[in-house]
Amino acid sequence: MGKSALEGVKVVDLGVTVTAPLACKILGMYGATVVKVEGPPHTLRFDPLRMYPPFLDGIAGVNRSGSFAEYNGSTLGITIDLRQPRGMELMCKLVTWCDVLVENFSAGTLKRMGLDYDELVKLNPDIILAMTATAGETGPAAAQPGTGLQLQSASGLTHLLGWPDRPPVGSPNAYTDYIGPWYLVIAIIAALEHRMRTGKGQWIDMSQLEAAVTFLSPAVLDYTTNGRVLHAQGNSCPYAAPHGAYRCQGDDRWCVIAVFTDEEWRAFCQVIGNQELAHDPRFETILGRKENEEELNRLVESWTMGHTPEEVMAVVQEAGVPAGVVLNGRDLYEDPQLKLRNHFQNVFHPEMGTTYGSTSGLLLSKTPCRLGPPPCLGEHTEYVCREILELSDKEFVELLNEGIFGAL
Amino acid sequence: MIPEKKTESPLASYRALDLTDENGFLCGKIFADLGMDVIKIEKPGGDAARRLGPFYHDIPDPEKSLYWLAYNTSKRSITLNIESPDGQEIFKRLVKTAHFVFECFPPGYMDSLGLDYQVLAEINPGIIMTSITPFGQMGPYSNYKGADIVALAMGGLMQLCGYPDRAPLRWGLEQSWPQAGAQAAMGTIIAHYHRLVSGEGQHVDVSVRDCMIWSAYPSPQNWSMVKKIVGRTGFTAPRGHLNLRLNHRCKDGYVAWMPWRGEVTKKLVEYMGEEGVGGSLRETDWDQVNMEEVNQEQIDRWQDDIERFCLNHTKAELHNEVMKRGLMLWPMNDVKDLREMSQLLARHFWVDVEHPELNDTVIYPGPPVKTGEGYWQIRRRAPLIGEHNEEVYKGELGFSESQLVVLRQAGVI
Repeated sequence: MGKSALEGVKVVDLGVTVTAPLACKILGMYGATVVKVEGPPHTLRFDPLRMYPPFLDGIAGVNRSGSFAEYNGSTLGITIDLRQPRGMELMCKLVTWCDVLVENFSAGTLKRMGLDYDELVKLNPDIILAMTATAGETGPAAAQPGTGLQLQSASGLTHLLGWPDRPPVGSPNAYTDYIGPWYLVIAIIAALEHRMRTGKGQWIDMSQLEAAVTFLSPAVLDYTTNGRVLHAQGNSCPYAAPHGAYRCQGDDRWCVIAVFTDEEWRAFCQVIGNQELAHDPRFETILGRKENEEELNRLVESWTMGHTPEEVMAVVQEAGVPAGVVLNGRDLYEDPQLKLRNHFQNVFHPEMGTTYGSTSGLLLSKTPCRLGPPPCLGEHTEYVCREILELSDKEFVELLNEGIFGAL
Repeated sequence: MIPEKKTESPLASYRALDLTDENGFLCGKIFADLGMDVIKIEKPGGDAARRLGPFYHDIPDPEKSLYWLAYNTSKRSITLNIESPDGQEIFKRLVKTAHFVFECFPPGYMDSLGLDYQVLAEINPGIIMTSITPFGQMGPYSNYKGADIVALAMGGLMQLCGYPDRAPLRWGLEQSWPQAGAQAAMGTIIAHYHRLVSGEGQHVDVSVRDCMIWSAYPSPQNWSMVKKIVGRTGFTAPRGHLNLRLNHRCKDGYVAWMPWRGEVTKKLVEYMGEEGVGGSLRETDWDQVNMEEVNQEQIDRWQDDIERFCLNHTKAELHNEVMKRGLMLWPMNDVKDLREMSQLLARHFWVDVEHPELNDTVIYPGPPVKTGEGYWQIRRRAPLIGEHNEEVYKGELGFSESQLVVLRQAGVI
């Protein structure tokens, strides 16, 4: 077992759904202590992702959501009724304890709760407040709610995924939720170093919308310098052919192939045993292959249809040409490369038993990540109060009896 | 809230040597925009990725690749042939005073040059080396060729994208590259924090494909929880037993909005009511409706009613109105719409970057994060090929003018 990179970093997560919790899970996997604060069950102010499918064995329950589990590993869970003054007092103790407070409410929500930056620094002068509202803390849309599903459209990404002859579709998930967290973690750790050097905390304002737009930068520059607006273009790539997903043997099975150079084209033709294709003058050059792309795709697919996608990938990669199976959920779990990299790690969860969660695409040689289980609702309330906040038995029992952690 | 000001970056005293290609440019850009001295090391003549389009004014020139310019801001550039013995010697000298090395070569390549992590760590024990490759440094796929479409396919995302009657789709703009670059920067700064505390450097092994797996949600989760394979659903997304439209047609495009119980629909129906439309939507109590009991036919009728309303308005009209109402409806923007979006303008997201050689000022997307201390900024345009050769080779390493001429003629720099 290696060491933990972020050991000793103390984080409070007031976030819900994905962007803030996923950033906190990453901090947690690398050793930070993360305490997620949720409302007790009767307040219904817990992370709504707890009621989002898929549920283990299809049975709904606040501790059974695979979606919640995916984004809240390596986190301790406490429930506090923040509507009650003593609940807010307890929250203030967590504010005093932590290095970093992370949240992703709509702009203005923290202020209404009395937990905006100006109030937090009174409790903890060098606190780092990491805020990530949908479109940032300022501007006309600051208070507007939105999820990564709507943001994908707003950010310009949805417009770029589709076929030219049909409405653009985007990805059917909250894709921008898988952009913001990386930037947020980077900003938090840079702020921690800034604090080490200067003794000063600070606020961080990450607009999930702006973070996503940075992933379109080349298209933005194409517009600001050339006036060109990029549209969805199926799977075609301006400088490669064949380039796409090709149907293979089996039910909805596909393999992608990407040929960029003439050399790759000749190697591809040879490995699929079609010398005729290699010498077809229509396809010998990239200009020819682009001009006759439709016919080319048809010919490539007539070959792939006779094979499984795994065979196609193995054969084409053998020739040194990029290819890959379009993997589904089961394939990902069975992927030998991901197994070797220990990508899906198993954790023990009190209600779900052994479950699996994604870790990351990063292997740190001396401080590997370690996935911990996601918390059941309020699972670590007593631990956080007694061990972290060091409340006395008397205080803890009082809070318990007053229903601060939930109805008795 | 305190106003945004500019203070010295906490990373200003560090240097990174950036040997990446398109898979990793964003990693170095993030650190350079954060204030680190990031030196892009290009092969003599310039990075191969400078041939990636689109190009400034459509002129295919290595100094005008918009892809390269977009993701190499704030860096310096030197040219160096690390395949030559002189080049390796110079690289090792640079490693002595550097804090980070970023690279994207095929696994084993740096080893073959005698520049792998073990060697670099002997020169500089605190060094953090971040390697970004299609599938990672080891394992059965480590020598496989990568491409953006391969990372999206094998990352599980393409399985979900597109229409059920057609092939799975990727985006019309590479996503695995910025994904890998940003996640590599995240892994690098985590390793750096460990070094701050312990003094210890390490090797960060980034797999581009693995970086895409976050975005395969909910594919692995459905397999893990209910042994279900998730497929493509086109213009809709499944939510429980219903297929909901993610976007609705309006007068000049689409707006993103999903019907569901509660406020999200109630507020839109109120807005529709003020314009005298809404039909069956207005007869429904949105706080009480049980979505479990709603069938697809019913939801389709509601969605049709909403679309009829949206068709009377442009996306900007609808968005301007719903911003005030706090409604979860957003326009489906293209890059032109983005450039004009009031929210981005109000936050001064767009940044003017001077390009003296082009005699032009180019508008870039600004930094992804605003910080109270204000040190995350685009500092200058991406460097020209070898722009900082003199600064680094003469000023810092002490080569004479005549030595530089020799090195240049020998193809070392």
